[in-house]
Amino acid sequence: MPTGAEIIQQIKQRIREVDPSEVHKLASNGQADDVVLIDVREQHEFEESHIPGAIHVPRGHLESRVEGAAPDKSKRVIVYCQSGNRSALAANTMQELLGYENVESMTGGITLWKDRGYEVEVPRSLTAEQRSRYSRHLLIPEIGLEGQLKLLDAKVLLLGAGGLGSPVALYLAAAGVGTLGIVDDDEVDLSNLQRQVAHTNDRIGMPKVDSAEEAIRGINPDVNVVKYKTRLSADNIMEVIEGYDVIVDGADNFPTRYLLNDASVRLGIPVVSASILGFDGQLSVFIPYEGPCYRCLYPTPPPAELAPSCGANGVLGVLPGTMGLLQATEVIKLITGAGDVLSGRLLLYDALAATFTELKVRRDPECPICSRDPSEISDEEMGVFPDYEAFCAAAG
Amino acid sequence: MATVKIPPVLRPSVGGAKEIEVEGANVGEVLRGVAERHPSTQSQLFQESGELNRYVNVYVNDEDVRVLDGLETAIGPSDTVVILPAMAGGAR
Repeated sequence: MPTGAEIIQQIKQRIREVDPSEVHKLASNGQADDVVLIDVREQHEFEESHIPGAIHVPRGHLESRVEGAAPDKSKRVIVYCQSGNRSALAANTMQELLGYENVESMTGGITLWKDRGYEVEVPRSLTAEQRSRYSRHLLIPEIGLEGQLKLLDAKVLLLGAGGLGSPVALYLAAAGVGTLGIVDDDEVDLSNLQRQVAHTNDRIGMPKVDSAEEAIRGINPDVNVVKYKTRLSADNIMEVIEGYDVIVDGADNFPTRYLLNDASVRLGIPVVSASILGFDGQLSVFIPYEGPCYRCLYPTPPPAELAPSCGANGVLGVLPGTMGLLQATEVIKLITGAGDVLSGRLLLYDALAATFTELKVRRDPECPICSRDPSEISDEEMGVFPDYEAFCAAAG
Repeated sequence: MATVKIPPVLRPSVGGAKEIEVEGANVGEVLRGVAERHPSTQSQLFQESGELNRYVNVYVNDEDVRVLDGLETAIGPSDTVVILPAMAGGAR
């Protein structure tokens, strides 16, 4: 009866082996697409480090899973493990039992690969606490570990910590968005508490950015909160928004909405936009140069008498909750890449009738902002629209 | 007879209705029909020249009339015309 070591030696005679230098050459010559690289080690070994671009198929699951990873059996497949033995056995199985025509085992495994000084990828993982906190995300494949890491790396800017900004802040904090920037120059008022759920009775009079920060920390201490107790203007907007991955627009006035649009187009930052009044809400996502921008939808704002604010006309308290959570959902989709984002579409919600209506939004080839190259848009024209002076005078 | 959906800001001008039925072969006729029946909507919908105000978006079903034939866009009996002004409410 031969020993295990003798069996492995015999199998190595029957299969083909490839030196790490050749595998490395394939990658550095840009030929990585011509070959499928499979890591057949255990989960914990793969998580510790692996060769960049490798697909993980543990040897114990080889027969059931490898055809999903490498469906073309005539394509060149290279398998590797820690030292070259398990991959030889895997290559043998693939060649003899599964019909792979062009399979090789990498000699010396990832140990020799590392000894030669070649690059390895060290995947990030979550702490035990994070695994527990985000476990319900990890269970849905559309988010999973990869999506959760993207959320933890993401920087999202909230324009306003009021009706819309409150639910967005709370849920994005809970979801583990790593950095939340909040722009708001206002203080918490008793009349806010009917809808602005990030704030509380005992924080009346406190700046909304500070109150929102307390709420966020109470939910998820991992979130880095960046506070801007200011009103956005043409002078500060580029500085504030630069570096953010997504901006959530819940501004209460048109000049700020146009200003944000123009600056975000210049910097190529997607904006998730919502507005509310009475029982009605509107929602859309503006992705610069991929879809329409705010000006493509609304080339010019209505006159002040047709543009009432919530302060003047009232709003159902739960409505900003509904619209804000639709915004938060779009933010998470933008960050993780899951699903179809609400770009090029305007969603109208009528709370009294309990109806949603969807309208198409097209890019305007004549758009004063997004029909041009970002470098052509000047500081002076940001946020400006026809009759801007009269509008702002009438709006007071 | 087309169904015209009235946005919240215009509802006081049409007696509070959310939608009204108006005769008309195209968008212009339908909207002029709205303005005739409810004169205070005239200046909210139209410029003095008879063009639509730039801040009023109009959709036939789900498509913006700016990418169709504007006020000339034909209207069938089962079509819905949506009037949509921008809203800015949010933060406060």
